Amino acid sequence: MSAWNRVCALDEIAPLGSRVVASHHGDIAIFRTDRDTVFALHDKCPHKGGPLSQGIVHGDTVTCPLHGWKLGLADGQAVAPDKGCSKPFAVKIDGGEVWLRLD
Amino acid sequence: MKKQKLVVVGNGMAGIRAVEELLKLAPDLYDITVFGSEPHPNYNRILLSPVLAGEMTIQDIILNPLQWYADHDITLYTGKTITKIDRVKRTVSTSDGFEETYDRLLLATGSTPFIPPIPGKDLPGVISYRDIRDTDEMISAASDYQHAVVIGGGLLGLEAANGLALRGMNVTVVHLAPWLMERQLDRVAAGMLQKSLEAKGLNFLLEKSTEALIRGEAGRVSAIRFKDGLEIPADLVVVAAGIRPNTTLAESAKLYCNKGIVVNDTMQTYDPRIYAVGECVAHRGIAYGLVAPLFEQAKVCANHLANFGIARYTGSVTSTKLKVTGIDLFSAGNFMGGEGTDEIVLNDPSGGVYKKLVLKNDTLVGAVLYGDTADGAWYFQMVREAKNVNEIRDHLMFGQSAVGDVGHAGESKAASLPDTAEVCGCNGVCKGTIVKAIKSQGLFTLDEVRKHTKASSSCGSCTGLVEQILASTVGGAYTPAQSKDKAVCGCTDHSHGTVRAAIRERHFLTIAQVMKEMEWKTPNGCASCRPALNYYLISTWPGEAKDDPQSRFINERAHANIQKDGTYSVVPRMWGGLTTPAELRAIADVAEKYQVPTVKMTGGARVDLLGIKKDDLPKVWADLGQAGMVSGHAYGKSIRTVKTCVGAEHCRFGTQKSMSMGVQLEEMLFGMWSPHKVKLAVSGCPRNCAEAGIKDVGVIGVDSGYEIYVAGNGGIKTEVAQFLCKVKTDEEVKEYSGAFLQLYREEGFYLERTCHYVERVGLDHVKAAVLGDAGKRRELYERLLFALQDYEDPWTEAVAKPAVRREYQTIVLKEVSGVTA
Ligand code: SRM
Ligand SMILES: Cc1cc2nc3c(=O)[nH]c(=O)nc-3n(C[C@H](O)[C@H](O)[C@H](O)COP(=O)(O)OP(=O)(O)OC[C@H]3O[C@@H](n4cnc5c(N)ncnc54)[C@H](O)[C@@H]3O)c2cc1C
Ligand code: SF4
Ligand code: FES
Repeated sequence: MSAWNRVCALDEIAPLGSRVVASHHGDIAIFRTDRDTVFALHDKCPHKGGPLSQGIVHGDTVTCPLHGWKLGLADGQAVAPDKGCSKPFAVKIDGGEVWLRLD
Repeated sequence: MKKQKLVVVGNGMAGIRAVEELLKLAPDLYDITVFGSEPHPNYNRILLSPVLAGEMTIQDIILNPLQWYADHDITLYTGKTITKIDRVKRTVSTSDGFEETYDRLLLATGSTPFIPPIPGKDLPGVISYRDIRDTDEMISAASDYQHAVVIGGGLLGLEAANGLALRGMNVTVVHLAPWLMERQLDRVAAGMLQKSLEAKGLNFLLEKSTEALIRGEAGRVSAIRFKDGLEIPADLVVVAAGIRPNTTLAESAKLYCNKGIVVNDTMQTYDPRIYAVGECVAHRGIAYGLVAPLFEQAKVCANHLANFGIARYTGSVTSTKLKVTGIDLFSAGNFMGGEGTDEIVLNDPSGGVYKKLVLKNDTLVGAVLYGDTADGAWYFQMVREAKNVNEIRDHLMFGQSAVGDVGHAGESKAASLPDTAEVCGCNGVCKGTIVKAIKSQGLFTLDEVRKHTKASSSCGSCTGLVEQILASTVGGAYTPAQSKDKAVCGCTDHSHGTVRAAIRERHFLTIAQVMKEMEWKTPNGCASCRPALNYYLISTWPGEAKDDPQSRFINERAHANIQKDGTYSVVPRMWGGLTTPAELRAIADVAEKYQVPTVKMTGGARVDLLGIKKDDLPKVWADLGQAGMVSGHAYGKSIRTVKTCVGAEHCRFGTQKSMSMGVQLEEMLFGMWSPHKVKLAVSGCPRNCAEAGIKDVGVIGVDSGYEIYVAGNGGIKTEVAQFLCKVKTDEEVKEYSGAFLQLYREEGFYLERTCHYVERVGLDHVKAAVLGDAGKRRELYERLLFALQDYEDPWTEAVAKPAVRREYQTIVLKEVSGVTA
């Protein structure tokens, strides 16, 4: 099991917003919902590779900025009828800080 | 708490649709039990025709497989006919003594084929055309016998005849009226239809009345004899002479029936515990025989079953499409015309095209189209909305697509397209893919087709074609949505108009407030409604409502255009298209410093720097800012460009200083957000080198002043701008165009360009507001200036404020290795 990495303070991500984290897996998008939960997905839409971090967050879903696919933030699965998946990563909030695990 | 019991009698299209709608609203309210006479789960009855024609199988047309009932805890009894309702004990029962109690009962018993009392009607080989059993019987008769006679030349009869002919039978259609489908077509269109069906090998006997069906040696029907003595062979007789609402059960329970089970606008029968939907129903005296109105009924009924109590069904206008492959035919409304109506007719027999439009008091009341039905949905929409067509009367006949539609080679005839033809040019979707999705996924609406195939989901210019394909695949089951009360998106049932009005009247200031007060169904909306709400709030309450960046599409949030690879483009603003050597030098420096891969001139007459990384954006802006340049909003629902020609400053023909006028307008409008993008142009004389004729606001200099044109569009569908007025001074140009744009900002729906806005409200309305009253015009103009006064350019802000700059920074992880917590 790999380690938790500190990303940033929760305040540094806008509610219903996101930030991009560069890692050895490529870019990872960290999303914050309006209930202050955080999610992390590989920042690449399964459709044509759009940067999901740039999409609009609503509920537990993000809409890709390029052609409007919707993906579940928790599991990275495209909302039907679209099919595809973006890899989810483990994230948590601890003491007002966001932590990410890269396995 | 114990759930209430809902019993549904009739496992067909209307009943199950009502259950589906109910589950969406109140999934846990009822214990649901469904009874169906047929031994099948709910299937798509309208696709029996393609099954008969050999294009599909029964498996393909199942809408709700058994698993669906199980997944929703619905108890389904197939092959069980309810024969009795006890309204006092609140039970339903079958003839074999099976009984079930209900708290609420939904009747959806459909209709029964009408068989005229002809001698021989009970012979083997004489059937109607209603369900899977009939279809199976026809298919097996086609392999054993040769001669088929179809009684009835309506929709159903013709689809049966076509299917039987495709299965190799020799088919004759017998019809009492003087022409086919007399309830859907006028004589000319019916004649053309008959000709094309004859070319497919069908035979017709019109104005023939049947005397008897003759019994053959094997006990099966063998011939049909007419009153005039003619007799022709018939091994199979399909009677398609109409349907009657199936009210047997309701009548036996003494529920009030009159040409159907009588219901009110909430789909409730005379017994408040009993509801009814579908073909068995008479609503305001009308029993419908097409799927689209039944689905509307189902939606209303579900609303009441779920105890929401707000929906009302007020009746439907229906349209008809014959589902015979290769034949394009459409009719809607009152197409026969008559007293007080005008007709516009186009008749091209050798070209195989016939169109008739029926008008009454400046509204379209009916249409028949044969051969080219591209505009069927458009006409139907106008019929249903009773839209005043006076302004477009002279080009009504040429249809919506006649004016510069691009992107699918001007193709407008869906039925004649091969399966491989590309319908949606944006997403590369072929006709075959769309047809397959409609049939195999059981799709009925444009939205569903968009979701499943992506066709017409981008620029939307192929919408008409997709609607046609949908209509010819599901027949009259397709109804285009009514534009004026179309919901904003799936998160709410409210329309753009209702939401705008509420924001103004109830002084809403935040998105959360709107969603709460107007009962949004999702926690924080979606990517369609949030940007719309954000715009409505800031445009209605400038200075009070706060802009919400998270409710803006990325381009407006990052103030640059996202590209397919996730990089951005920057288009420095060049006021009125003018630039200087110093600005060009700064652009060149930026391009080199940040290794911008592509530098190009845009269609808006300025320079685009494409392929910039998001992290570099603030740096690029800082450098451009040093040279006095702001960025060009080349992405926003906002002011875009004001194109100008050289004008009187240099041109030997120039009458007015168009460059100066253009710069003044662009500076005035800097920072203007709008329902959709706004483009202007100023030309110095009527040669119009700045193309002012296709702009949202086009200004043309003439010797005595300026002409102002509005609501032009040079995009998906070219739309020529309309003359608004003529003015004398530069100041007046600003005031009049400013007032027009403010009106649009206050009344336009989100993503509605000025041309669509003006089409919706009418040019007269615009003229009344802008020209009618000088005081009102000034107020509009001042409201515009007020809204724009505090605009802070976001590029300087992004450079100056760390909190904003953060949005552009990628976090680089200091990855910890090893094992921890
Ligand atoms: C950059 C440019 C193409 C170019 O290289 O020339 C362009 C690029 C885009 N146009 Fe355009 N349009 C450009 C001039 C035009 C013009 C010509 C003009 O402005 O004179 C038109 C037709 C005139 C008109 O709008 O009436 C035009 C009609 C459209 C349309 C169709 C609009 C319509 O109502 O029919 C869209 C789609 C939309 O906005 O929904 C569109 C959408 C787009 C988008 C924003 C598509 C998108 O959402 O990503 C393109 C962004 C590409 C990018 O990432 O940079 N673009 N686009 C032009 C920028 C001009 C500028 O300096 O700001
Ligand atoms: C061949 C064909 C083609 C068609 N094409 C089109 C088209 O292109 N476009 C279009 O819009 N419409 C079309 N229609 C009409 C459309 O199919 C009907 O309008 C629609 O199916 C009616 O739905 P319903 O639920 O009211 O009735 P049904 O779908 O008929 O369902 C009623 C069900 O109730 C069952 N039932 C009745 N009484 C009882 C009882 N006492 N107990 C238990 N079960 C009972 C019946 O067996 C039946 O299964 C077509 C119809 C046919 C037959
Ligand atoms: S720039 Fe405009 S026309 Fe060109 S591909 Fe993009 S949207 Fe289409
Ligand atoms: S790349 Fe995400 S929807 Fe196309």
